[in-house]
Amino acid sequence: MAHAYTPGLKVTEKAVIRKTRRLPIPGEVLVAEGDAVSPDTIVARTKIPGNPQTLSIANLLGVEPGDIKYFMVKNEGDRVKKGEVIAEYKAFFGLVRKTVESPVDGTLEMISTVTGQVTVREDPIPIEVTGYVEGTVESVLPREGVVVKTEGAFIQGIFGVGGETTGEIAVLASDPDEVLDAGSIGPEHKGKVLVGGSLVTAGAIKKAAEVGAVGVVAGGIIDTDLIAYLGHDIGVAITGHEDVPVTVIVTEGFGRMRMAERTFGLLKDLSGMKASINGATQIRAGVMRPEVIVPGYKPKKTLRDQDLSLGLVPGTPVRIIRQPYFGRLAVVVDLPPELQVIETEAKVRILRARLEDGTIVTIPRANVEIIEE
Amino acid sequence: MAKEKPGLQLPEEINSILATDCGSTTTKAILIEKVGDEYRLIVRGEAPTTVEAPFEDVTMGARNAIREVEELTGRKLLNEQGIITPRQKDGSGVDIYMSTSSAGGGLQMMVAGVVKTMTAESATRAALGAGAIVMDVIAVDDGRKPHEKINRIRNLRPDMILLSGGVDGGTITHVAQIAELIAAAEPKPRLGTGFKLPVIFAGNKDARVHVRNVLGEKTDLRIVDNLRPVLEKEVLGPAREEIHNLFMEHVMAQAPGYNKLMQWTPVPIMPTPGAVGLAMQTAAKEYNTSVIGVDIGGATTDVFSVFGEYFNRTVSANLGMSYSICNVLLEAGIKNIMRWIPFAIDEADLRNRIRNKMIRPTTIPQTLDELVIEQAIAREALRLAFIHHKSLAVGLKGIKIERTIADTFEQTGTGQTYINMMELGMLIGSGGVLSHAPRRVQAAMMLLDAFQPEGMTMLAVDSIFMMPQLGILSTIHPKAAMQVFDRDCLIKLGTSISPKGPSGAAKPGDPCVTVKIKRGTGEEVHQVPFGAIKRVPLGVDEKVKAEIHPSRQFDVGKGNGHTVETELQGGVVGVLIDCRGRPLELPQNDRERRAKLLEWFKSVDMYPEEALAKYARVG
Repeated sequence: MAHAYTPGLKVTEKAVIRKTRRLPIPGEVLVAEGDAVSPDTIVARTKIPGNPQTLSIANLLGVEPGDIKYFMVKNEGDRVKKGEVIAEYKAFFGLVRKTVESPVDGTLEMISTVTGQVTVREDPIPIEVTGYVEGTVESVLPREGVVVKTEGAFIQGIFGVGGETTGEIAVLASDPDEVLDAGSIGPEHKGKVLVGGSLVTAGAIKKAAEVGAVGVVAGGIIDTDLIAYLGHDIGVAITGHEDVPVTVIVTEGFGRMRMAERTFGLLKDLSGMKASINGATQIRAGVMRPEVIVPGYKPKKTLRDQDLSLGLVPGTPVRIIRQPYFGRLAVVVDLPPELQVIETEAKVRILRARLEDGTIVTIPRANVEIIEE
Repeated sequence: MAKEKPGLQLPEEINSILATDCGSTTTKAILIEKVGDEYRLIVRGEAPTTVEAPFEDVTMGARNAIREVEELTGRKLLNEQGIITPRQKDGSGVDIYMSTSSAGGGLQMMVAGVVKTMTAESATRAALGAGAIVMDVIAVDDGRKPHEKINRIRNLRPDMILLSGGVDGGTITHVAQIAELIAAAEPKPRLGTGFKLPVIFAGNKDARVHVRNVLGEKTDLRIVDNLRPVLEKEVLGPAREEIHNLFMEHVMAQAPGYNKLMQWTPVPIMPTPGAVGLAMQTAAKEYNTSVIGVDIGGATTDVFSVFGEYFNRTVSANLGMSYSICNVLLEAGIKNIMRWIPFAIDEADLRNRIRNKMIRPTTIPQTLDELVIEQAIAREALRLAFIHHKSLAVGLKGIKIERTIADTFEQTGTGQTYINMMELGMLIGSGGVLSHAPRRVQAAMMLLDAFQPEGMTMLAVDSIFMMPQLGILSTIHPKAAMQVFDRDCLIKLGTSISPKGPSGAAKPGDPCVTVKIKRGTGEEVHQVPFGAIKRVPLGVDEKVKAEIHPSRQFDVGKGNGHTVETELQGGVVGVLIDCRGRPLELPQNDRERRAKLLEWFKSVDMYPEEALAKYARVG
């Protein structure tokens, strides 16, 4: 029988992390296998065709589409400069003159005598991919990019906004229950990744942006504060491309939610170290969660190995991820194999778990996640 | 060297069928066999889909799902090469294997046409009918500037583009403009970075040379018959066929493991929604009635309708119960969700709960409050998806659709004219929130509230979502598909009787309908006033004769006040006499609204009585 395995988010002091750094279209890889890379190292580069500008020459000159070729000053393939005349119409010995100028620097790509349109393509746009993390190039994907390998601490959040960035970790909360508000943030936090406890307020994010902090990590965020920060609502769970000054990562969920002790403790240990963070979240097949990566971290204590392949067994620490015990931590006591009827009258697989206060509760197995420690 | 593909057998030789649907998260296998004279579902198996890393081979998930079928039947179906076909003397193998797929995001298309409400709309219908998600519709008159359209085409990275425009022999300027825009954008396909994007041209045949000149080099161009050869005619078949071909050749061939899967079966792999559409059409034909079907998933909601010869499909790509649940909140608004909840709840709390469901999509409601909230959200997702369906008016049958000139000037409203709720005979719900509702009457109420059928309608849910497999099976063995559909797939909830109206100023409590049911020698009379709903038990296989007398402001099919004599069919819920009005309106006052909801829920036994009593006390 398959194990009931409910993986949680990874929060680990020591992990081997591989990051595939891929170009959107084929290009040139600039590093070789074994090379050391930093977050800013450009590992691959390509050029995407420049933006095309279409001009309706027929309309602008007042001629038939089929006739525009007689009025073109430039031909397909010619380089053109912004403001340079590309088509000209003259009548009455030059007394009536109409011209069309190129709106951009680029190349005249197409003259269509069917539509009377001309396309001028701007110069190619360079696209670069950086290393994102401090590490070494493990393998090269020819013309596409590289796989960068690093070792260090790795923390996954549950939801985030904003893209990749790097900065030094500064823990501003003294315990995982503390709310991060604007009052704790100052100019000394420029370029840093700020860590709060149970909640980051709208004011704190605003202040973080003002002082030039690059990221915020906290247990929870209020739904309406997030909307206010983004300037729009989020419909589907695909994030990471928002144009926001500060990448925000929440580790537990929406609302005020005490950050898991283990996550908070690890982030505290990582204070002052340089982290690569990314808020990108995608919840669907091929789930992507936001992350904090700190390469080179050497844990102070030896880790206790946890055999997650066993899945849920009596003694497994879990976090409850749905009402009525949402956010509470517990330890599995018992896993009855048979389906049981819960309050909704649905017949589901359940487990019994002991909450931190000693109470034993029944929870659907789907509503817990294993705390990896 | 590739193994030779198994041959296609004639229907009479097929006694044993194995079919899989490789969904985005789960791969489901079903085994169908001839038992006596009938085809029946024998067992099903499922396993996680393995298209994504680290597996990146769809056949692994398919093998795992089939292995579960092997374990349950004690029969060997798999060998090293794939599926053992045909069935062997020792009992191993099956006569035929086939599969549908929506893994890896399904089929994502962009369509383009000249006039948004004409050729672009026809192209949209062709794409949707083939089972695609339409990412955007580009048209000359869509209100965007050329550079905006170009940017959009560049950024979307669809699997393919369907380009239409112009009637045969008409001007080619406009369709050429669109082709030039696509060329300027130099679009790239979603899968396979080194490949050219497939573009299907199904427009004015006189424009083919120009389109080939413009797009021939830059894209993988296919040319098919014009889907609007003349203004009054829509020919969707060739475009749809080419979409299916390209889906197999390009999208499937790029998806990990599909080359292997394709070798297992003589039947082309079909996009899952396309196959569900076929199942709906087969059902409508078999039951000789109009059908609406809905499949509400975590990310998307598909709506299908078959009215007469018109088959429509729409997909609301961003309405779902987990991944897209926040979009339901965004589109419906918090007030519309809250109106279905019979207890007071803080708005901010509800918003956070919905967001938390989005980020932890696999959780299930543990408390009744949570279940009620989830079903409230489902009503709104279904309602919005149905509005979308009606507005898109997707007439999608691959045969010629004749329209009068008058119709051609009303393109945006074309779909609405097909959907007649009074004519609707069957409403089928599918997807976890409907199929797994703890009480079946909850599914019935969600369907009634969201779709608001009128007159007499059979309500049903899909028991284990095997419509995709039955859809693809219907292409080679419609009889087997239909037998399994009727006996093993559908759970009939029962008939709803929903008078349309009031046409005047009827007040709650005024007479609405009297239903006389003849059982054996006796007769039951159910008088239900306006504003109420009543549940009358009638078993799954029971059929009774009934006389339905609406009062003069209400209509059950023959006009206001006119009696209808009919046969009512039962189901696991029974007969629901829904006199809450069409359109259904809830009281504006919060306290009254909650009281009304509790009255309805109690009347149909929707939730445990003690919970409803608690809500009544607190509310």
